[in-house]
Order: sequence, then C-alpha cells, then structure tokens
Amino acid sequence: MAEPILEIEQLIKEYGQNRVLDGVNLTVHKGEVIVIVGPSGCGKSTLLRCINALEDIQGGIIRLHGEEIQKGSASSQKLRQKIGMVFQSYDLFPHLTVLDNITLAPVKVQKRKKEDAAKEAMELLTRIGLADKANSYPRQLSGGQKQRVAIVRALCMHPEILLFDEVTAALDPEMVREVLDVMLDLARQGKTMLIVTHEMSFARAVADRVIFLDQGNIVEEAKPEEFFEHPKTERAQKFLHVFSFDQVKKQEEGNCSEQSESHL
Amino acid sequence: MNWEFIIKYLPLYQRAAILTVKIGVIGIVFAVLVGLVCAAVQYYKIPVARQITAVYIELSRNTPLLVQLFFLYYGFPKIGVRLSAEVCGVVGLAFLGGSYMAEAFRSGLEAVDDVQKESAFSLGLNSRQILGYVILPQALSTSVPALVANIIFLLKETSVFSAISLMDLMFTAKDLIGLYYKTTESLFLLVVFYLLILLPVSIVGTLLERRLRYAGFGD
Ligand SMILES: Nc1ncnc2c1ncn2[C@@H]1O[C@H](COP(=O)(O)OP(=O)(O)OP(=O)(O)O)[C@@H](O)[C@H]1O
Ligand SMILES: [Mg+2]
Repeated sequence: MAEPILEIEQLIKEYGQNRVLDGVNLTVHKGEVIVIVGPSGCGKSTLLRCINALEDIQGGIIRLHGEEIQKGSASSQKLRQKIGMVFQSYDLFPHLTVLDNITLAPVKVQKRKKEDAAKEAMELLTRIGLADKANSYPRQLSGGQKQRVAIVRALCMHPEILLFDEVTAALDPEMVREVLDVMLDLARQGKTMLIVTHEMSFARAVADRVIFLDQGNIVEEAKPEEFFEHPKTERAQKFLHVFSFDQVKKQEEGNCSEQSESHL
Repeated sequence: MNWEFIIKYLPLYQRAAILTVKIGVIGIVFAVLVGLVCAAVQYYKIPVARQITAVYIELSRNTPLLVQLFFLYYGFPKIGVRLSAEVCGVVGLAFLGGSYMAEAFRSGLEAVDDVQKESAFSLGLNSRQILGYVILPQALSTSVPALVANIIFLLKETSVFSAISLMDLMFTAKDLIGLYYKTTESLFLLVVFYLLILLPVSIVGTLLERRLRYAGFGD
C-alpha cells in the first residue's frame, strides 16, 4: 500500500447535543480514490468539512501527513492549502474572472508569480475545454462550466488530496456528465480524492474503495464491485435498494426469494 | 426674471455652495467612517460595542437632523461644549449619515454567501485576505446603490443647516428673499445650485452602479 496521506481516528463531531459523527476511522492512501455514500443527513458533508478544518471537532484526531488539522490553529492554515475542496453550490468568486478565480490563491497564498499561475491555469482550462472562458465572469458560465472551473481552481493549488461534496447535485442532468468526466480524468492521473456523491454508476467507475456512512459511522467499507453487488450489511442493502430500479423490477417479476417481502 | 439681480448675487450663492459642499463632503466622509466601524462591529459581533451601535443606529435614524443640530448648537453650550456652526454641521451629518451608511455596508456584507468565505478559506487564504479579496469587493459593489442614495440624501439634508445660521445655499436664498423680495430669482438660483451639486453625484453614481453590476449573481 502507498503511504497514508490522511488519517482520521475516532472522529467525533457534535452540533450542540446532536452527535453527527460518532467515532469515524478512515485512512486515505496516496493515489487512492474513495467514494463516500450514505443517506441524506448521515454526516458526509460534515466529515469533509471537518477534514478541511471548516468545523471544530469534539473528539478524535485528523492528520494530514502526520500533522494534526484543527480549526483555527496556525498550522492548519498551511495544511489547508494541501487540501482542495469543491462544494455543491457554485462557489466561484462572482467579482473575478475565471482566470483570476483560479490564480487568486496561488498568487496571494503561495506567492507564485502571476504569469506562472496564469500559464498553469490556462493549461488546465485548455484540458477541460474552457480556455476561451478565461476572461469571462462566473455568471456568464453554465452550472457545469462553473463546477469544472471550481475543480481547476482547487487543482491549481497543487493539493495533495481533493475533496468533492456532491459537486453535481445542483446541476441540470445534461451537465452532470461533463463534470464527472473531469473527475474521472483526475482519478486516472492518480490524484488522491475523497468524493461524496449520489451518482452510483460514477461511484462504481471511479472508486478504489467505497465507504458507506450511516448515522455518523462507517458501516461498510469495500471495493466498489463488492459493495454494489454484494453489500454485506442490511443498512447498505436498504440504501442501495433505492437506487436500483432494475433490481426492484426483477423482484417484482416474481422470482420469489426471501428478499421480496422486505421491499414492500 | 431679473438677470441683473442674478448676476449680482451669483458670487454670494457660489460662496454658499462651496460652504455647503465643503461641510457636506467632510460630513459624508465621517459618516462613511462611522458606518464602516458600526458595520464591522455588527459583522464581527463584537460584544458590548454591538449593543452600543444598535442604540446609536436607532437614535440616529429616528431623530430629524434639525433636532440633532439644535442639540449640538443650542444644547451643548449649556453643558459647556461650544461648537461652531460649521463643526455642528459636520458632526450632525456624520451622526445622521453614520447609521444610514452602516445599514448600507451591513446589507452588503450580509449579501455575501457563506460558501464564498468557506471556499476562500479552503483555498488557504487567511482571514485578512478573505476580507480584502473576497468579501469586501462583493459587499461594496452590492452597497454602492445604497451608498449613492445616502450621499444624495445627506447632501439634500444640508438644507436645514440654515437653522443654525450656517450661511449655506438655503440661508442665502432666504436672506435675499427677506431683504429684496426677489423670490423668483432667489429660488431659481437656489434650485440651480442644488442641481449643480447633486446632478454630478447622481450621474457618477449611476455609472458606478452600471460598472459594478457584475456582482449580481446569476446562473
Ligand atoms: N451547521 C449545523 N448546525 C447544526 N446541525 C447541523 C449543521 N450542519 C449539519 N447539521 C446536521 O448534521 C447532520 C449531518 O449533516 P450533513 O450535512 O453532514 O449530512 P449529509 O450526509 O451531507 O447529507 P446530504 O446527503 O443531505 O448532503 C444532519 O442531521 C444535519 O441536520
Ligand atoms: Mg451533504
């Protein structure tokens, strides 16, 4: 196994009395693509936000390359640069052009030369077919284009790990594909990624490992084929059931196995 | 219309206009500063200061400028603070305008989406950079229409300065009417000079708004 990049031990996150993450353990290795799935409200976004130090945590430890991440601490400021995150809502800066959106952090945070950052940004934009939009403002882009630019913006900081929180959930169906293709491409390049998604066929195609989160805990963890074909826990089976209409159909057609009663 | 009269008293109006603009501009600058401080106090939810600001804003918005000026000009000397009419004008404008400016800045700041701060934060920007490169540009461009409206409002409010014997435009017009009964000419000059002051502000404001419209989100 490659070296571990991100280590999470016994992570506990509470909002007031509400315990959202209850002792999560997870290790992400270099080059690994992990997809996190789970029912709404199970804490997927919260997990990513904790990793990115957007939330304080009530217990456990999160380490990036052995260094502890903690909200508000001075070292986290440096560590966060190594973590790229793309959100569900379009989060580009509306007052900056596409190019300035991408180069802002490399120039201001990493103190790179503007020309160098712009050159890299243009290369990445070319790669995703948006070079001609470099001087457009975000409001002139479609949702799918915005999310692709947001991915490039995160990439340009050369993060060691990329976090994606349902980046296609707010998109029109015809734009979902173009964003997922960019992510698939990144996975093939060997980027380390932690992806929250409801796109199950994408999860299957992209993941090295699937993690099923339910009620604040990792309930199941498996290779994608294994997870999607033969989920071990009942909760995972129930969860996947929602997505597999063909399975429902098969069962309704009458091969009366034991399962057939459970889904009605 | 007696043009001779108009030409004769043009310099008088000119002087009054300069005084009006001078006090107006200084007062507005202070109002903007007061507004920025109040908005910052509220935005960062600074304890105690926040309550004080809230009281100030209510007090300032719910009392007429004329009353505020009377307080400063006739009331303060009773407690030993004697301010010149000019200073009273500036302080009055700053006191009145501060709360309006604060509201303009506050609504601009509040219009910036949380996810904007979070994504800037995840890109590694520190809080000062987030404020300078992400929050303020968006907040200010949202605030511009309200700021321009406030500036015009405050410049118009200067017309009550005459009540504390500041020789502003209104005072001059009233004076001339009282002395010579040349009502038409005096009022004509008054209107012309106010337009000369306010129209450019209004035009520049509109241009600014148009330039800054990119801040309007749109998918
Ligand atoms: N800022 C907050 N304050 C209080 N409770 C919160 C907050 N954010 C999230 N929660 C709660 O934490 C739980 C987990 O939320 P989270 O957003 O992580 O779920 P999720 O798995 O991402 O769901 P979804 O698939 O709908 O995005 C939910 O019960 C939610 O109500
Ligand atoms: Mg979520």
